[in-house]
Amino acid sequence: MGETILRVKNLRAYFFTRRGIVKAVDGVDFELERSECLCLVGESGCGKTVTMLSILGLIDSPPGRIVGGEVYYGAVNLLECPREQIRHIRGREIAMIFQDAQSALNPVFTIGDQIAEQVRLHLGLGHRAAKERAIALLDEVGIPSADEAADYYPHQLSGGMKQRAMIAMSLSCDPKILIADEPTTAVDVTIKAQILDLFLRLKKTRQMSLVFITHELGVVSEIGDRIVVMYGGRVAETATASELFENAKHPYTVGLMRCLPDVAQARDRLESIPGTVPSLIDPPSGCIFQPRCDRALAVCLKEKPTPVTVNEGHSVFCHLYSR
Amino acid sequence: MLEVRDVKKYYPVTGGLFSRHLGDVKAVDGVSFHIEEGETLGLVGESGCGKSTLGRVILRLEEPTGGSIFYRGADITGLGRGELRALRQEIQMIFQDPQSFLDPRMTVGQSVGEALLIHGVRDEREREQRVAEILVRVGLEAQHALRYPHEFSSGQRQRIGIGRALILSPKLIIADEPVSALDVSIQAQILNLMLDLRKEFGLAYLFIAHDLSVIRHVSHRVAVMYLGKIVELAEKAEVFQNALHPYTEALLSAVPAIGQKKSRILLTGSVPSPLNPPAGCRFHTRCHRVLPVCRHEEPGLKDVGGGHLVACHLH
Repeated sequence: MGETILRVKNLRAYFFTRRGIVKAVDGVDFELERSECLCLVGESGCGKTVTMLSILGLIDSPPGRIVGGEVYYGAVNLLECPREQIRHIRGREIAMIFQDAQSALNPVFTIGDQIAEQVRLHLGLGHRAAKERAIALLDEVGIPSADEAADYYPHQLSGGMKQRAMIAMSLSCDPKILIADEPTTAVDVTIKAQILDLFLRLKKTRQMSLVFITHELGVVSEIGDRIVVMYGGRVAETATASELFENAKHPYTVGLMRCLPDVAQARDRLESIPGTVPSLIDPPSGCIFQPRCDRALAVCLKEKPTPVTVNEGHSVFCHLYSR
Repeated sequence: MLEVRDVKKYYPVTGGLFSRHLGDVKAVDGVSFHIEEGETLGLVGESGCGKSTLGRVILRLEEPTGGSIFYRGADITGLGRGELRALRQEIQMIFQDPQSFLDPRMTVGQSVGEALLIHGVRDEREREQRVAEILVRVGLEAQHALRYPHEFSSGQRQRIGIGRALILSPKLIIADEPVSALDVSIQAQILNLMLDLRKEFGLAYLFIAHDLSVIRHVSHRVAVMYLGKIVELAEKAEVFQNALHPYTEALLSAVPAIGQKKSRILLTGSVPSPLNPPAGCRFHTRCHRVLPVCRHEEPGLKDVGGGHLVACHLH
């Protein structure tokens, strides 16, 4: 067990809209250790992105507001620290990259300039030193002939290269934690394999912690050390990657794995989870997965499940295991 | 049932003062294959390989630049408007993004029933009846016909899209990435529905997707496309257990799979521009098993036994 560098406790982020209160994140707990890769998995709308945005204080307010919880980065509670301090931490200590590299890069500046700007801003380097650092970073993420590539504009790069440039930018201040939000969703499989490979290499060489947000279980299995499965703004199950894939307990996790078609072997029929993701404005009572669960008990309708420890480091939020 | 012979689709690129013809984007460059009755052909490839263009060309939503397409023995490449309309009773399409193909101002019933009206079902009662039947068949409810598209989730909208394609009882459906915009739990529901319908209506599918695991699940035979050409075409089991083309090998090894950290073939770089494809074999710039001959000579699609076609100098 390594040292814990990020601890999220009972985080709740709600959006106050005309149609009601959307409980996007409703009591999420997890811990991140040094140089581990934590994967946040779930379908769209399960709150995985909002969780990470709340940690960095990036949700739009209004309508969003963090209504409760604690996020400790070392000894600092990020939710209570002043704006100046969080700006200092964000980008420098904790960096984030987004799904769509296209829209996160500024089309009118070269990628070298965009990286250099960050370096100057956060580390106070001069122009020339910043440019050199930008080139070194582009080289580190595997962009060929980085000194020339630094003078390219985003539109001159392919999708995979843009994603690499984004990664280089996020690494510019040697962050301790890198949060990657679906970084491989918009790219093709062969490029996806390259990017995953890059993340694994960076994690090792830089001793960095990674939080990987994804909906693809295949990706999780390749890169994750520990996994948090989310559903409807809450945690459903937490375990190490090997434990989760061999010994999944929550009916939702089990269902997710069963409904995936497999490249390695053909199956006659996919099992599917009936129904759709519930409304977060008016969530079902008790366990939020209960309307879609084929093993629901009477108690699931009434009470929210509390975590049950299955094994060391493996806990599940499900009434089936509470006795 | 459907035969595609040497179909090409070029998009001219013009520029300069007099809009001179500078070159062509060869989106589809000489593709041949056939689909039998009740069969599903999976068409897989990365973005920009021309797979969607090919699907649109078959339905004549795009005019082919060259080659011919036969449906049940008849050449459909030169059909006029009226004949095309008749053809589209037989061949229908399902699109990737259910958001964009449904008119937000039409009720689901109007959208689904529109094709019936165009194809001469004038009786409103009959149309309503048939729309209701098809909605129930695709897993919705009859009264959903009165609602508007925004009231549905993306999975339900894809069901509406399937219903709309099925209303004329077609025999062939071209499905362009029908599940790639959906969450996994919904994706499984839609795939199961499509397979049930195949059995029930004796449908044939051209199933276009980039996700190999989805392709494996639905297809009988699989065609792999790269930069406008088919590089490998074979029975599903052959492609997944005995892939011969290095590109297919690399694609298969690149799929992130649960529970196995396997050695993978990492392709370097990305897909070259279809405006100016590499000379010789189009894959040679990224191939891990490249030979000198690959740089100047283009390999043809050859049968290496048992209907397993591959375009590679290694074989």
